[in-house]
Amino acid sequence: MSQKNRLNKDKSSGFIDRDKTIHFNFNGEQFEGYQGDTLASALLANNQKLVARSFKYHRPRGIFTAGSEEPNALMHLRTGAYQEPNVRATVAELFEGLEARSQNHRGSLKHDLMAINDFLSPFLTAGFYYKTFMWPKAFWEKLYEPIIRQSAGLGELSGQEDPDKYDKGFLHCDILIIGAGPSGLAAALAAGQAGSRVILADEDFVMGGRLNNETYQVNGMHGAEWAKTTLAELASMDNVRLMKRTTVLGAYDHGIYSALERKTDHLASTDPVYKTKPRQVLWKIYSKRAILSAGSTERPIAFPNNDRPGIMQAGAVRTYANRYDVAAGQNVSIFTNNDDGWRTAQDLAAKGINIQAVIDSRDIQPVAEISGANIEMGAQVIDTQGRHALQSIQLSNGKTYDTDCLAVSGGWNPNVQLSCHHRGRPQWNKDILAFVPSGDGSGGLPPEMHIAGAANGDLDLSSALSSGHELAKSLSKELGNASKVGGCPKAESESIANSAFWFVKTDTKSRSWLDFQNDVTTKDIRLAQQEGFTAVEHVKRYTTLGMATDQGKTSNIPAMAVMADNEGKTIPEVGTTIFRPPYTPVSIAAYAGRSRGKEFRPTRLTPSHRWAKEQGAEFVEVGAWMRAQWFPKDGETHWRESVDREVTQTRNSVGICDVSTLGKIDIQGRDAGEFLNRVYCNTFSTLKVGMVRYGLMLREDGFAMDDGTTARLGEHHYLMTTTTANAVGVSRHLEFCRQCLWPDLDVHVISATEQYAQYSVAGPNARKLLQKIVDPEFDISNEAFPFMACGDITVCGGTAARLFRISFSGELAYEIAVPTRYGYSMMKTLMQAGEEFDAVIYGTEALSVMRIEKGHAAGNELTGQTTAHNLGMGRMVSKKKDSIGNMMSERPNLIKEDANRLVGFVPVDKSEKLSAGAHFIQKGKSAITENDEGWMSSVAFSPSLGHSIGIGFIKSGHQRMGEIVTASNPLLGKDVDVEIVSAHFVDPDGERLRV
Amino acid sequence: MIINHPLLGPRDASEFVYLGDACLMNRPAWVGERIEGEDANDAKTAEALQQYHDYVHLRQNNAGEHKELWYHEQGDRSWLVVTRNTITHEIYNVELAKDVALANKTARASQGGKK
Repeated sequence: MSQKNRLNKDKSSGFIDRDKTIHFNFNGEQFEGYQGDTLASALLANNQKLVARSFKYHRPRGIFTAGSEEPNALMHLRTGAYQEPNVRATVAELFEGLEARSQNHRGSLKHDLMAINDFLSPFLTAGFYYKTFMWPKAFWEKLYEPIIRQSAGLGELSGQEDPDKYDKGFLHCDILIIGAGPSGLAAALAAGQAGSRVILADEDFVMGGRLNNETYQVNGMHGAEWAKTTLAELASMDNVRLMKRTTVLGAYDHGIYSALERKTDHLASTDPVYKTKPRQVLWKIYSKRAILSAGSTERPIAFPNNDRPGIMQAGAVRTYANRYDVAAGQNVSIFTNNDDGWRTAQDLAAKGINIQAVIDSRDIQPVAEISGANIEMGAQVIDTQGRHALQSIQLSNGKTYDTDCLAVSGGWNPNVQLSCHHRGRPQWNKDILAFVPSGDGSGGLPPEMHIAGAANGDLDLSSALSSGHELAKSLSKELGNASKVGGCPKAESESIANSAFWFVKTDTKSRSWLDFQNDVTTKDIRLAQQEGFTAVEHVKRYTTLGMATDQGKTSNIPAMAVMADNEGKTIPEVGTTIFRPPYTPVSIAAYAGRSRGKEFRPTRLTPSHRWAKEQGAEFVEVGAWMRAQWFPKDGETHWRESVDREVTQTRNSVGICDVSTLGKIDIQGRDAGEFLNRVYCNTFSTLKVGMVRYGLMLREDGFAMDDGTTARLGEHHYLMTTTTANAVGVSRHLEFCRQCLWPDLDVHVISATEQYAQYSVAGPNARKLLQKIVDPEFDISNEAFPFMACGDITVCGGTAARLFRISFSGELAYEIAVPTRYGYSMMKTLMQAGEEFDAVIYGTEALSVMRIEKGHAAGNELTGQTTAHNLGMGRMVSKKKDSIGNMMSERPNLIKEDANRLVGFVPVDKSEKLSAGAHFIQKGKSAITENDEGWMSSVAFSPSLGHSIGIGFIKSGHQRMGEIVTASNPLLGKDVDVEIVSAHFVDPDGERLRV
Repeated sequence: MIINHPLLGPRDASEFVYLGDACLMNRPAWVGERIEGEDANDAKTAEALQQYHDYVHLRQNNAGEHKELWYHEQGDRSWLVVTRNTITHEIYNVELAKDVALANKTARASQGGKK
């Protein structure tokens, strides 16, 4: 039967569009609902009581609330890659074709095999993990962990890539109003009229909060009508931004709030609009003031078997009737400790819903007359029956009632969560028997956050409206927005009389639920306290109370009442836990936004990247850069073939390599030389204009930081190069030195890395090749342009360029730099000009082989744990001048005679392959830490020598030439005997680069 | 967090890189040229090493007001001295590090002058 529990059309609230029937599917069964329904309201309309299984005991569970605090009705929504777990049915809007599935059960929802856990509950009490899985030790990996892994969690991920798009955005406002209930609307109206820039955010898809769920009058009209009118007025104001479906998640520093807007969650993924928008937007809202008007949440009363499907918050039952035209049951009972529960009874009766009984724990006169209902004053519900849905309840006075829905009202808790995000600790308000946000000043409220309405304990509608109105008016005035504001909206006053009745006292055997989602009962709390966990934070962690995805929105306060009772204390003496962002669960994808896959971080491409790609280069990520590793030729099946060819051809004729990624920092000013003297350990002020020098930069603690060459382009103009990886860090360091240490120096630095494309041209034919493209007026002969010379030139008939005669490969070599836009054509031009010399393009692997053959240090050697002394460059550290790291590099332990020194290694058996990371052990000694003498930092197969070579650090290496040690690599299980040699394997005297 | 840049106005903290205690600006003065093997130099070196040791390794870890260095890397590359409450994150003052460094230098010079 379709929509058995839907109320008559003539009793419609106007929130349901009866002309728009929506078809949806739950656990494979087809149902109908209406536009305006949530999944929960539609399921209830179809009398679906059982919708979920609890986490631990797999107890049958039904819909408990009508809002984001829902602990029970979590389910899978959508299918395939779109599947999302743990969606609260109470906030999921119904759309055509929606598919929902219950979760956390083996077998069908009705016959969950895991329900056996409920019978095992005596063994699964609080802390059972810590007691059960301790022994025997061997059981952990084989038995316990697999079981826990299988049982843990509620829903399941699709296992597929999320097909949706997510975005992030930034908003600014004078006043952020969190929650569009009565106080939020009154505040937005007053602030908007005063001229403040307002953002009004609400998690619901219809603004109005409780006004839409209740029947109170505001300004002489139905509250929902007033909300609608007010929203229309707000929508017409340019200075007000209304953000429905937007949950404010957290309060951060300096008035910044995060909020999640659900843009398309209410649409079918086939909807044309769905594809045009991001699914969710994570907003960062910068506010001058914030008003927390988040309302309040109804709390349950704990009594035995209070978790059966059909037992709900009274306010939720009222909401389903008033807003969704749904009777949560055909025969409803109400269990209350306060006057508001009676309002539920009255509202339901007015909707024509049959009321079986009203049970009030207070022994007072009935608060109202409810026709046809049994009134039980001073009575309590002491047990319930019904396996998959509530069937009957038993009262303390011996009576039993058949009922299919029990509406429970234990009073209302202000939604204080966001007020705690700066460690504000809520305070007990004895008038409303609830925690309210701590006051201004002492309490740790986020600065400039103010609280209005029920969130502040103003549970009465009339005072909620006026508190929002007055607060917005005064905050607007503070901000200088003082346009005329209309009168405060008026409402009838309501009775909020309450009583301190939290749970039904029972024998120790029965279980009364507190936290429905994590299955925490009054028994667990008692046990935790018996075992010595008395502090509220300890009880929380030991029992997992309030640690589920609902963050204990309905369970915390009743649990504290149980704790207080056990200890003979008051609730404020027990204290309360506080809350962290986010207010409700957020998918990780929303936090990632667009930063996914390739968009996770930017990729930097060199100016001639396209050319390298056309040549079929294999690329490697170096920081954010993509660099060509090698260029395979037809017929080459192994990378070593390509690399060996590139090295050999370069050493025999000429090779070209893209070195644009190296950091380039332009340094200018009258004190540029002095500045470089202080940031490099060696001297630069003496460098002649038109020459280049190698520099080693230390950190202040004396360890090597970075190295590179620096060219003096003019009297007051230098160009520094850094390693690719450290370009950003060195730039930051130079700015620190310039601004924080030596502000009196006349020097400026700026990154020029991306302004130039730079190519290394290396090999015996390098000059001949370059002479073909460098314009003839520039003499680059060895005499006119010697090793380490540099200068401005033009190429190809007038294109400005810079030439540096520097060599990393050990060959006669130049680096030529052209403005970035010429990178691609420069690369092509060089290769064309090189054709007659059989020029080769080489990648970073060949570059690395050649630098190891020359014993040059690179990233593997500059690890941040090596010093100039270790690198064999101790003498470079000038003692005639101040420089960063100069002093600390002289620490006795860093300049010990037997310190590690960088030297070369060759295998005794030349057919052996060396491995980086191997540690050096004296021959015959065992490979243990005590015998460790250093490590191999870089290895390569040297095509020039025809065998494997390595460089590395070993104790007093420079004095041990010719000694044979063992390079031990326990990781690969391989020991190789190696001979200590000079690190300069090729052309040790450096003759080639000076010809 | 929002840092009120002295030149650019309020900027989001995500544009900045954090370094730490502003005492990093108080780098010890150079002891002058040292010649190996001279006793006087050894003593001078030992004293300087102690100063550098303190400068490199020792930091205040205040709960409360703290002067610290932030670098506007995604902006104008200014180093700033931010006076911030490490408990509440309230920011009391933001200055250009260069201005602070110059003021410190002037102060040191005038102190030295008195001696």
